[in-house]
Amino acid sequence: MISVKELMQPHRIVMMLVFAALVVWCAVSLRWDWIPKYAPLALEGLWATVWILAVSTFLGFLLAVPLGLAQAVGPWYLSIPARTFCTVIRGTPLLLQIWLLYYGLGSLFPQFPWIRSSELWPYLRQAWPYAVLALTLSYAGYEGEVMRGAFSGVAKGQLEAAKSFGMPRFTMFRRIWLPQAIRNVLPTLGGETILQLKATPLVATITVVEIYAVSSRVRADTFIVYEPLLLLALVYMAIAGVIALAFRRFEAGTPQRR
Amino acid sequence: MTGLFEILGLGASAELLSLEGWGGNLLRGLANSLQIAFGAFGLGLVIGLFGAYGKLYGGKVTRDLLAIYTTVIRAVPELVLILILYYVGSDIINKISEALGGGRVEINGVAAGIWVLGVVQGAYATEVLRGAIKAVPVGQIEAAKSYGMPTLMIMRRVTIPAMMSFAVPGLANLWLIATKDTALLAVVGFNELTLETRQAASSTRAYFTFFLAAGFLYLMVTLCSGAVFARVEKWARRGQPSLKGGTA
Repeated sequence: MISVKELMQPHRIVMMLVFAALVVWCAVSLRWDWIPKYAPLALEGLWATVWILAVSTFLGFLLAVPLGLAQAVGPWYLSIPARTFCTVIRGTPLLLQIWLLYYGLGSLFPQFPWIRSSELWPYLRQAWPYAVLALTLSYAGYEGEVMRGAFSGVAKGQLEAAKSFGMPRFTMFRRIWLPQAIRNVLPTLGGETILQLKATPLVATITVVEIYAVSSRVRADTFIVYEPLLLLALVYMAIAGVIALAFRRFEAGTPQRR
Repeated sequence: MTGLFEILGLGASAELLSLEGWGGNLLRGLANSLQIAFGAFGLGLVIGLFGAYGKLYGGKVTRDLLAIYTTVIRAVPELVLILILYYVGSDIINKISEALGGGRVEINGVAAGIWVLGVVQGAYATEVLRGAIKAVPVGQIEAAKSYGMPTLMIMRRVTIPAMMSFAVPGLANLWLIATKDTALLAVVGFNELTLETRQAASSTRAYFTFFLAAGFLYLMVTLCSGAVFARVEKWARRGQPSLKGGTA
């Protein structure tokens, strides 16, 4: 983190003054009168963004652990499918994956009467399950690759020591292998979570109303171009900052041996 | 060949994907995507090289400005940046054109895509190249300086060749990001592969056929570039001892 003393250098003070002048100019001469009207919608959108991000990273990580494990130590009939999955997810654009799931599955499901009459149908007609599914699979694909490296990076002696204590395999995994693997890749996971945040606006293209979609709505309704986009960029930077801080606290909370 | 397709029940798909039909559109879209990706990657490299040198050797103000550039670009979603840069770019060009007495200018889609993605790539490339330059042993650059080499010649003869092996893996990643980020331009209406695919899919209602075909094309690009970059890395590492131990 930058200390106050470092900030108080002459050139930085000048830059901060320029920046403050820029902010004042933006506040005064740009149009912000649309904010009160759209604030409730924007809050809903912000909530949707955070919610989709949280659910998809959580579920994606749960999927990534077996994917990484299968690639690191699994037999070939598990490791090959896992590796193929990761390659395909990482090799194609997320936008294409989202559209494949939404338009593809969305046009396939209504053809089956038993799906239409099932209790899940009201959900399957909405867009957000497809958005969450696509983002989850994408996060799992990228993190599966990260976790592969993490699992094979844990020192072998640790696992052998656990084994020699007679620890059952699952306990060993839960107490020794997984915690150390996660600790080693915490910085990477933080970066990947910010990448995941930056992927969430893509779900606006399948009619999910999150914060990006709200700014597009403002632009379409009022023909104001820059103001909503600037505010949107600020919102994303703030969320990214919160994620970075949260991961820094996680990292500070884990013992490091460097 | 045709008989095999019929047996597998893929006759309809094969017909849809024929080159005279929508398949040709998909390939044209792929060509557009690759063109934009190449241009953006190149522009990103140029920005990145200047950015890395600025961050390492520039004055205080340059360094702070570059830090702001890379931080902001890497914290804001590409989609939002694309929209902002697209509107800013077209506004500036129109202002200039009006000042020179011309009318509104139609923006070329490929050029706009290259400008937008290039600025985004530049931020990432700055970080990759900065790390690579820092990994070059200082003694080598000092030795070149002590021979009285001018800065540009040091860059050309010492720094860039020596940093290549450190930079190639990161740059390979950037290239893959560039190819996949071209898909985002679909949202602002450029006729690249993803948008062509969506148009083909929604007018024929064969969503799976077209999206899977496009996914296959992207995957091929990724896998081929992986093979190419593996060779480039081998070339960049020539003469260096192997990391795996033993003699190289």
